Amino acid sequence: MAGADGDDSLYPIAVLIDELRNEDVQLRLNSIKKLSTIALALGVERTRTELLPFLTDTIYDEDEVLLALAEQLGNFTMLVGGPENVHCLLPPLESLATVEETVVRDKAVESLRKISQEHSPVDLEVHFEPLVKRLASGDWFTSRTSACGLFSVCYPRVSSTVKAEIRQHFRTLCSDDTPMVRRAAASKLGEFAKVLELDYVKSDIISLFTALASDEQDSVRLLAVEACVSIATLLPQEDLETLVMPTLRQAAEDKSWRVRYMVADKFSELQKAVGPEITKNDLVPAFQNLLKDCEAEVRAAAANKVKEFCENLPEDSREQIIMTHILPCVKELVSDTNQHVKSALASVIMGLSTILGKDNTIEHLLPLFLAQLKDECPEVRLNIISNLDCVNEVIGIRQLSQSLLPAIVELAEDAKWRVRLAIIEYMPLLAGQLGVEFFDEKLNTLCMAWLIDHVYAIREAATCNLMKLVEKFGAEWAQNTIVPKVLGMANDPNYLHRMTTLFCINALSEACGQDITTKQMLPVVLKMSTDQVANVRFNVAKSLQKIGPVIDSNALQTEVKPVLEKLATDTDMDVKYFAQEAISVLALA
Amino acid sequence: MSAISASEKVDGFTRKSMRKAQKQRKSQGSSQYRTQCAPVELSPLPQLKDAPSTEQQELFTQKLQQCCMLFDFMDSVTDLKSKEIKRATLNELVDYVSTNRGVLVETTYPEITTMICTNIFRTLPPSDNPDFDPEEDEPTLEASWPHVQLVYEFLLRFLENPDFQPSIAKRHIDQKFVLQLLELFDSEDPRERDFLKTILHRIYGKFLGLRAFIRKQINNIFLRFIYETEHFNGVAELLEILGSIINGFALPLKAEHKQFLMKVLIPLHTAKALALFHAQLAYCVVQFLEKDPTLTEPVIRGLLKFWPKTCSQKEVMFLGEIEEILDVIEPTQFKKIQEPLFKQISKCVANPHFQVAERALYFWNNEYILSLIEENIDKVLPIMFGSLYRISKEHWNPTIVALVYNVLKTLMEMNCTLFDELTSSYKADRQREKKKEQERDELWKKLDELRLSSAQNNSHGLPSVQNNNNNNNNNNNSNNNDTQDKSAEAAAVTSENKDPDDSVAAIESSPCAK
Repeated sequence: MAGADGDDSLYPIAVLIDELRNEDVQLRLNSIKKLSTIALALGVERTRTELLPFLTDTIYDEDEVLLALAEQLGNFTMLVGGPENVHCLLPPLESLATVEETVVRDKAVESLRKISQEHSPVDLEVHFEPLVKRLASGDWFTSRTSACGLFSVCYPRVSSTVKAEIRQHFRTLCSDDTPMVRRAAASKLGEFAKVLELDYVKSDIISLFTALASDEQDSVRLLAVEACVSIATLLPQEDLETLVMPTLRQAAEDKSWRVRYMVADKFSELQKAVGPEITKNDLVPAFQNLLKDCEAEVRAAAANKVKEFCENLPEDSREQIIMTHILPCVKELVSDTNQHVKSALASVIMGLSTILGKDNTIEHLLPLFLAQLKDECPEVRLNIISNLDCVNEVIGIRQLSQSLLPAIVELAEDAKWRVRLAIIEYMPLLAGQLGVEFFDEKLNTLCMAWLIDHVYAIREAATCNLMKLVEKFGAEWAQNTIVPKVLGMANDPNYLHRMTTLFCINALSEACGQDITTKQMLPVVLKMSTDQVANVRFNVAKSLQKIGPVIDSNALQTEVKPVLEKLATDTDMDVKYFAQEAISVLALA
Repeated sequence: MSAISASEKVDGFTRKSMRKAQKQRKSQGSSQYRTQCAPVELSPLPQLKDAPSTEQQELFTQKLQQCCMLFDFMDSVTDLKSKEIKRATLNELVDYVSTNRGVLVETTYPEITTMICTNIFRTLPPSDNPDFDPEEDEPTLEASWPHVQLVYEFLLRFLENPDFQPSIAKRHIDQKFVLQLLELFDSEDPRERDFLKTILHRIYGKFLGLRAFIRKQINNIFLRFIYETEHFNGVAELLEILGSIINGFALPLKAEHKQFLMKVLIPLHTAKALALFHAQLAYCVVQFLEKDPTLTEPVIRGLLKFWPKTCSQKEVMFLGEIEEILDVIEPTQFKKIQEPLFKQISKCVANPHFQVAERALYFWNNEYILSLIEENIDKVLPIMFGSLYRISKEHWNPTIVALVYNVLKTLMEMNCTLFDELTSSYKADRQREKKKEQERDELWKKLDELRLSSAQNNSHGLPSVQNNNNNNNNNNNSNNNDTQDKSAEAAAVTSENKDPDDSVAAIESSPCAK
């Protein structure tokens, strides 16, 4: 205990407080971030009696300092002497929970929630709950918004009278004057409902939920949708129809697209919460409407949920619902005017094939896939290609290859390098599924063309792609198709292309094995050691270091060593450096 | 593929101007039409001016009802005839309420407000461009503007009609109406916001019962803008209205108004898009200070608290606002704030961004500010001196250096003795600062050791700390300045030795080979 108690003569609080008060914000921030160190130096007693009162009094500072303080105090329990003293952290955190800046307040609330768990039930009623009440009835909206996040952490552990008070306070905040507070209350409604007794959920929460869901501000109404998920999970099935569904139906047809968007975004959760019967009768038509919504934003959110929604439909009627209700909407979305909608759909549509099985996929989905593969927007095509594996399992990729190829070729030459990068990443997968002949015939040239792309990231990805292809198709294939082309680039007039040869060799040597590396690659690398560009020369050194372990030891001594020794005396310091490094790593010295 | 230029192939981030060109094509949006089923075709009604006066009221009502029909302007080919009929009717209605007397009888009020509400109140569509930059990008224009404009025009004429009676209208133009009107200020279409501004101003003027409510709702919009969404297109327009509202506040100012200044207007300065409404905001702030000079100190302290840390453009705006405030400041208020204020200004003149430094140095061209400085030269000069002296030697920009020389000269003329004293103590002061810094480092090092040792071993942690502490106390006798300086220099030299890896990275990324 002696160590933690500190020593008065050592660290007079004045010195430490001076640091916390320094004029320079950065220094104050540094000090606050080490507040636990200061507390440690002071010991628990003086932390409680001197440091905390100081902190409580001087809460007017830059928000950044306050944020750090709010965070620190959440971990201070041991530094003030453990759970029996934890309540002395409440005053500074209470002040922090009322400041204007949202991030500070949120952090203070987070810390309060954390330390609430460390309070004994008695302390919770004596110290914590009064604080919540004070915040809940504060003048300025900030303290009331903070209070919203604290009800649920103290409710389960207090007596029934206090519980009644807490419920009352929450009710009041739900109908607060300022929309900011109502938003805070609405966002905590679900969480609060979870800790309430079921009877109170039915009597209190439902009426609050209904009121918030028909608030005049759409920013409040949309938060009620989120709460809907938790509330519906809590209630028994027979009550859902009367207590939740009227509100949910209303939200799905709200006049504000933001609310409808929220419904679409939470659709899978809602679907799970209300169960299969309501899903069949209510959610299916609601989902159809969202897929046909007039705002693209809403359609895109709904399109994103198509697969999940279909997956979670009750098994007995799943296929029938999809075929008669969902698929017609999906067909329309394929030719939507908005590219985000199409691209959202493309990212999930392939998943439907596993649900619908081979025959339906071929008959109904395949035309949609093909249409999307020809879409004008590269993102749509890319999303289809990136999910090919789902279809492959059901009908095999060959069905698609006719349309696949033009789509791939076009993406491979897209003007945006990020698109090119994305398609490269799917090459190994495609190659595996399409087979070696198809690849050689149609895709090989593309893969080689990427090696001389203008953008380094593409050249790098292309190199890595070659390595994966060799792993898939084997060394012999590499020797016949790739290696000659790669080595040919060693004589290219562009030094960047010559370097690409080296990068490829680095990547391929291991997959190709000792024989190819020593006999075919090594001579090329060694020849490049006399390149006039220093960048190429030091990359020769790096390459030799990299492929050294693959080369047979005889060649290493007789061929590699002299070259590296020569490079180690190069006029360029970087070439020297890497040559020396290679010599020592390969133990050739 | 050949249409794509090589530069574009290299750079995936297409230039903003190019993106803009693409954007302009579809800078139209509307969610007007969405709530209604397919519109019925309209048939033209007779002209109001041709109708006998006994039937005019009836016809007026019919026309108002006709104008409640909404059309889809995103589809430019449908309902052309009906759209034209509605447009002509709206024009006629505008004309009717602005030129005729005695047409606003009590029974028409509900019809009028219904027509207005149906046409203008709508949920604004999602922005086409989620990272819409009002300074760079073309705004999305309201597609149904040909009709909406006339409805706004009509509303304005209605409010301005000499027969207009707020006592009757307040049943319809109520809190809910105002709330919806305020939400429309978020419209991306500047033409719409402009109309809304004038209309809200009229409503504020005519409906005394709504004033407090309007102010409170504007409050809420601003607070949501500052702390929640950071997005609202109509901040400048709302501030413009507030500017004239503040102008009319009675003295002494109510607590509510002061709270609005400190808790809403000052935090508004933190917004990322400050440039879009700074002129209006600064005007409001200065209005407040002209009303009540005692607010100067909290306002300046507030601005100092939110002083931009990284955005030079905003810093220049802050300096502009400070100068506007100093233009109207009372000398007694100046004394209260001079210390923290000039500490900030001294940082600004030393800013490596020359526009910030230049803006701050321009303060010395302002006669009134100059007289305030002269009056308080003994306080201001010591604060400013260090920065000015240093940048006069170090700043990279010759214009700034020249300006600094002038400022130094002015200050020297104000108090020559003090200036000389500061010049001679400059070096010593710098050294004292350096030493203090070192002491701080030591202190923290020791505190860290304490933390480590207590973490490793609770009972044996203390002695080592005690030893260290003795050194710390000795450091207070300041006779080893020189050695410390040298060690600091040595540290600087060693840190310049570069890592071979660094230089290689630089070579690899450079496009041209050696």
